[in-house]
Amino acid sequence: MKRPDLDRATLLEARGVSRLYGPGKGCEAIDIRLHRGEVLGIVGESGSGKSTLLRLLAGMERPDAGQVVYHSAAAQGRDGAGHEGELDLYAIGEARRRALLRMEWGLVHQNPRDGLRLGVSAGANIGERLMALGERHYGQLRAAGQDWMGRVELDPRRIDDAPKTFSGGMQQRLQIARTLVTRPNLVFMDEPTGGLDVSVQARLLDMLRTLVRELGLSVILVTHDLAVARLLAHRLMVMRRGQVVETGLTDQILDDPQHAYTQLLVSSVLTP
Amino acid sequence: MTSLTQPFLSVDALHKAFVLHGQGGMTLEVMRDLSLTLSPGECLVLSGPSGIGKSTLLKMLHGSYRVTGGTLRLHFEDGDLSLDTLPAHAWHTLRRDVIGYVSQFLRVVPRVPAVEVVMEPLLARGVDEAEARARAEAMLARLNLPERLWSLPPGTFSGGEQQRVNIARGFIAEHPLLLLDEPTASLDAANREVVVQLIQEAKARGAALLGIFHDEDVRDRVADRLLPLTTHMGAAIAPTAADEEVR
Repeated sequence: MKRPDLDRATLLEARGVSRLYGPGKGCEAIDIRLHRGEVLGIVGESGSGKSTLLRLLAGMERPDAGQVVYHSAAAQGRDGAGHEGELDLYAIGEARRRALLRMEWGLVHQNPRDGLRLGVSAGANIGERLMALGERHYGQLRAAGQDWMGRVELDPRRIDDAPKTFSGGMQQRLQIARTLVTRPNLVFMDEPTGGLDVSVQARLLDMLRTLVRELGLSVILVTHDLAVARLLAHRLMVMRRGQVVETGLTDQILDDPQHAYTQLLVSSVLTP
Repeated sequence: MTSLTQPFLSVDALHKAFVLHGQGGMTLEVMRDLSLTLSPGECLVLSGPSGIGKSTLLKMLHGSYRVTGGTLRLHFEDGDLSLDTLPAHAWHTLRRDVIGYVSQFLRVVPRVPAVEVVMEPLLARGVDEAEARARAEAMLARLNLPERLWSLPPGTFSGGEQQRVNIARGFIAEHPLLLLDEPTASLDAANREVVVQLIQEAKARGAALLGIFHDEDVRDRVADRLLPLTTHMGAAIAPTAADEEVR
C-alpha cells in the first residue's frame, strides 16, 4: 500500500490578526489555517473574541494588525490584486471584498433575520444571490428556489410566502438555503443553531452535516456549544480572552484537552 | 506466533500522561515504554485489567488522544508515516482511508437513521449513495439487526443493537488498520460469531487489527498474539508541582 496523500490545500489563512477594543476584549495575534473541505470550529465563552475573529476573517471588519489571506483558484488575473492565487483580504478594495463575500463566500448569521429579507418571498430570498451571479431566467431561479427549499426540508409550496410567516427554525433553514444556493467555496457560520429549540437544533445539525459532505464545503463555525462543535467540526480552536489557547482535532480537544482552560470548559458541560 | 511479513504499524517506547489542571496539576501516568509491531493480516489482542491503558493506546493510534512521548509509525511501500507528529488536518484523510476505529459505544447523532450511520464512511469516500446503501443494508442484515430498525435513528435502540450498528459502521469501509475496542461486549452468541467472521475476513484481505476483547472465547479465536499490558505500567499517579493557570 502506498503512502496516502494527507495534505490538503489551504483555503483561508489568518496571519497575526489582531483587533482589540480594550485589554482582553477582541482578539490578538491570531494565526489560522483552514484547509479545503474542512470544518473548523471556533469555541469559547461569550466575550472570548470568537465573533470578532469571525468578522475579521469574513471581511466585515478590518484588523488593526495582521493579514487575512484567501487562497482562491480564481483570484489570479481577475484584477491583479492577488498573486499565485493569494488574495490579501484587506489589501483589495471594498467593492472587491464585498463581491467576494457575495460570489464566493457565504455567511450564516445566528439570527436569521440578519441574513434574510423578511418582506420578500422565500423564493426571492434564495434567488437573490443567484441573480447577483448573473442568473436572470425566472424559471431557473424558481426551480432553484424549490429545489433548495426541499433540500433544507421546507415545503416548496411555500415558495411565495414571506419568511416573516415562518418559524425561527424554518427561517434559519431558509437562510442556509439562501447562502448555499450559489455553492460558495467558503462558508462562515456564527452560532447557526444558537436561538433555536433543542428539537429544531437537532434537525438543523443533521442537515448541515449532510450539506457539508455533499457539497464538500469548507466552513468556519463559531459556537459556544461543544456538542454542536463535536457534531459539525473536524478541528477546533479554543479561544479565551482574545487569544487561542489550544487547537487540535475535535476529539483531541474534547476528549484529551491539554490547556487548563480547555479542561475547565470541557468538564463544565452537563451531559444528560 | 510472530508474523514473517513486514510490520504495518510500529509503536516504540510510547508514553502517555494526563495532566489534570483542575486537580492542582496532578499528573496521571497511564502508559510508559510500550512497544509493539503489527503486521498486515494479523490480529494483536491487548490484555490486562481495566484501567491499564488498553483503550488509551487505541485512542492514541486513532489520534483522539495526544502522544506524550515515543513514536507511532505506519509503514507504507514508499515510506514511513509518523503519526505522533502528524498535523491535525492530516488525520481527516488518514481516518477516512487508513485507520478505522470501532468504539465501545455508538455516538448517536439525533435524527440520523441507522442505515445512514453505517453508510457514512463510504459516502465520505465518495461512494455512490445507492451502492453505499446496499452495502450498509447487507452489513446490518448480516449482523441480524431487524430490518424495521434500519430507517430509525439508533438513539432508542438497546445496547446490543447500537453496538451492531457501530460494528457495521466500523467494518464497512475495510480500513487497512482497524482498532477494536470491545466490539463484542454486549452481543449475544450468534452476533459474536458474526463479528469473529468479520475479523477473520479482515485478516484475510490483509488488514492489521489491534483489539481489546474481554470475551475469552472470541479472543482465542481471533488473536494471533496477545500483548499483556501490565508490564508496561509505571506508577499510576505522580503528583507534580502546583498548577498556576486558570481557576
